Amino acid sequence: MGEKEKKTVKTIKIDADKCNGCRACEAICSAFHATPKYSSTNPARSRIRVVRDPLRDIFVPVFAGEYTAAECMARDRYVIDGREYDECAFCRASCPSRDLFKEPDSGLPLKCDLCEELEDPALEEPLCVTWCLSDALTYEEREEEVEEEEEPLEELEIGLESLADRYGFEKIMDTLARMSEAKKG
Amino acid sequence: MRYAETGFNLEIDLSRGNIERVATEPIETELHLGGLGTNAKILWDRVPPEVEPFSPDNLLIFSTGLLCGTPVPGANRTIVSTISPQTLLMAYSMMGGFWAPELKFAGYDKVIIRGKSPNLVYVWINNDKVEIRDASHLQGKGAIETGELILQEIQEPKAQVAAIGLAGENRVYFASIEQGRSSASRLGVGAVMGDKGLKAIAVRGTKDVNVARPDELLELCNEVLGYIKVRAENPIQGVPPILAGLGSPQEMAVHDEKWHTENFAWGNARHRRKDFWNEEVEKQWTETLENSRERFISCYNCPMKCGATISVPELSVYMMKCYSKLTYTMASMTDLDFGLRIAQRATEHGVDAFSAPQTMAFAVELYEAGILTDEDMPGMPSDAEERFFWLLERIIRREGIGDILADGTYWAAQRIGKGAEEYAHNNIKKHEQLPLKLGMLNPIYFLMYCTGEKANITQIEGQFPQAPFPSREEREEFVKDWFQVPDEKFKQYFVDWDLRGDNSIPYYPPIEATCEIVDWMEKMHYIDDSTGICAGLSSFPLKPPYHIHNLPRVISSATGMDIDEAELSRITKRNRTLVRAVNVRRGMRRQDEKPPEDHWRRRFPELEAQLLDEYYKFKGWNNQGIPTKESLHELDLDYVSEDFLQRGILTDDGTPSKEAPAETEKK
Repeated sequence: MGEKEKKTVKTIKIDADKCNGCRACEAICSAFHATPKYSSTNPARSRIRVVRDPLRDIFVPVFAGEYTAAECMARDRYVIDGREYDECAFCRASCPSRDLFKEPDSGLPLKCDLCEELEDPALEEPLCVTWCLSDALTYEEREEEVEEEEEPLEELEIGLESLADRYGFEKIMDTLARMSEAKKG
Repeated sequence: MRYAETGFNLEIDLSRGNIERVATEPIETELHLGGLGTNAKILWDRVPPEVEPFSPDNLLIFSTGLLCGTPVPGANRTIVSTISPQTLLMAYSMMGGFWAPELKFAGYDKVIIRGKSPNLVYVWINNDKVEIRDASHLQGKGAIETGELILQEIQEPKAQVAAIGLAGENRVYFASIEQGRSSASRLGVGAVMGDKGLKAIAVRGTKDVNVARPDELLELCNEVLGYIKVRAENPIQGVPPILAGLGSPQEMAVHDEKWHTENFAWGNARHRRKDFWNEEVEKQWTETLENSRERFISCYNCPMKCGATISVPELSVYMMKCYSKLTYTMASMTDLDFGLRIAQRATEHGVDAFSAPQTMAFAVELYEAGILTDEDMPGMPSDAEERFFWLLERIIRREGIGDILADGTYWAAQRIGKGAEEYAHNNIKKHEQLPLKLGMLNPIYFLMYCTGEKANITQIEGQFPQAPFPSREEREEFVKDWFQVPDEKFKQYFVDWDLRGDNSIPYYPPIEATCEIVDWMEKMHYIDDSTGICAGLSSFPLKPPYHIHNLPRVISSATGMDIDEAELSRITKRNRTLVRAVNVRRGMRRQDEKPPEDHWRRRFPELEAQLLDEYYKFKGWNNQGIPTKESLHELDLDYVSEDFLQRGILTDDGTPSKEAPAETEKK
């Protein structure tokens, strides 16, 4: 057993019943994470996506979680209230089985950072929450006692890890070395 | 880098199967913004007046608005422009939904369709990859069904599909283009799409849309969202619930339909039922709507919930918004349950929810009057509901009498003869209108009905209340936080407007004030139609979050152009004038500019002539409604006046042309 410590648990509570499917969350998320900030919009880069199938009344906002190199052994399929949710509708992972939560150009994984990483001073809540006037998204913070954890990986490290998974570690090292040579030259 | 826009159009020639990605000139954006403005320019340049609606040379333009795809809330409109088979004039119909932003993300501002495909096809735009695909297996399929089938076929659930139903395939003059929860319904744009052999356009995009001054734009967007919340908490007092909030009328949320059912006309826009609404009806209709409405839904990046998914037993789910909720019910003189059921079929077939029910009610009325007989309508059921279903199926297939009715009430009446013309009474420029029949002429609405080039009152009205509030105190209260006015004088116009006495309609507002009010309302719509911001957040409701004071800053920060109120007004006037120029070149004149003939019981020919005279002058048009050489010059539209001179539409000495063209007639 490790040491216990206090930790603030941050949650975006998703009330799918209130979602009207407008995807404002996707628009503002992609704008916030653009460089320079807000300079471009592209829902394909968003770290929150609305799984949306209006004719089947499926409206599920999902925000990006951890990157994973491997597919699950089996895929989810839920039936709730007579509606069938397929293709991992509730899953937050950036994984090989779908194109969700990957940079459209590089294929690198995207992960929700609760709009914390870049903002100075910090925002009161993630922007997807602010822009959701339907209140399908609400932000909550609570204190919890948890086991001590390893430091979470930096975004760059997660990206590199996914590249290593795809191309092999050796190739990444070689490429980096060549790039840094080229830069010096 | 281009900001807000992509700088590329997709040109697709369906006769040759040719697809090109064409760079656009930045100067066109400076002159016309985008959307309707640049569409009008393309139609002026490339579709001469000799080109008929169903000619391969007619263009069908699907345009994004200039701000679609930016974070600007509610900027999601697709502006579809072509030449209308019904009015023979420029059609510009629009839809919300998700299609326009998706096209921007795919890297295009417009899709311009020309030519005709020999077989039914659909277009699949997946970023840089664009294909024309066979659609023979989709022939006869419903518009929503087609969207679903295409998504399966291309295996891209995130694509957006705009499609026609059978009505479009059969060139019904009021066929719509359906997309998601929205549709471009007016003026027969679906018929032109069908004529081109184009069943659908599917689009998927994963590219960036850039903006020039991000921080400034975001601040403006946040102000807009903040004000939307303020308005949600502060509905406007003194107007029916349906007009108190933002958005298009929140028909899917509202159960109290007293205002529509008692003020709007039933049947063939004939009867007002002033004591229709009672507790029993309210209970029944509330139950109907509660049982069939699944969820309130929105268009792309908009917090308003103007639409809903509707699920009626035994029919597939569809999406509905606004007054379509009641048009079939009231035209057929039945109830809401029937209205929601037939609207499901009508949406799949793809027809306009103003023109289709009116045309069917027109047919029923002609039958009751003995002008159409059992010989014309063999097998028509006697039950009101079954009759409407029967008529709808014949119209969209152009079978028997349906082939005549499919041209809409104006052309159908011409073909039927025997006095049928009198029954096609609710049109402007041959196009069916909201079923409204009122008492006293309202000068503001008179000008809007006459001169609105979209031939649709909801697409020109909005900023100024429809009627005065009973007391001066209420009016003073209303103007207190009315910061959207372009000038303080508009507040006074409203405060002084009485229900009765000297300061009441038809002689109040004074002619000059009436011109200014109409011009303001129209201007706001033309801005929206170029930016792609939905009228429901802007030009349509009272006290909207977008207005003449913040729109120049929104456009400037998104595009990097520096536009102030005066410049935005000038660009808008240029666009508005160019739309008129396209129509004038096609023969539109003063005699075409009339309200629906029995819209008001009390008419004032002398005042009406004066109103039109003064408004034309105000707009820089001559007394035929033709923009003058001088006003065209001021708007950098000399090429229009040169064309007008050459064609004898204008003369060198500025006198009106002697040529008096007949009302635009079908060749």
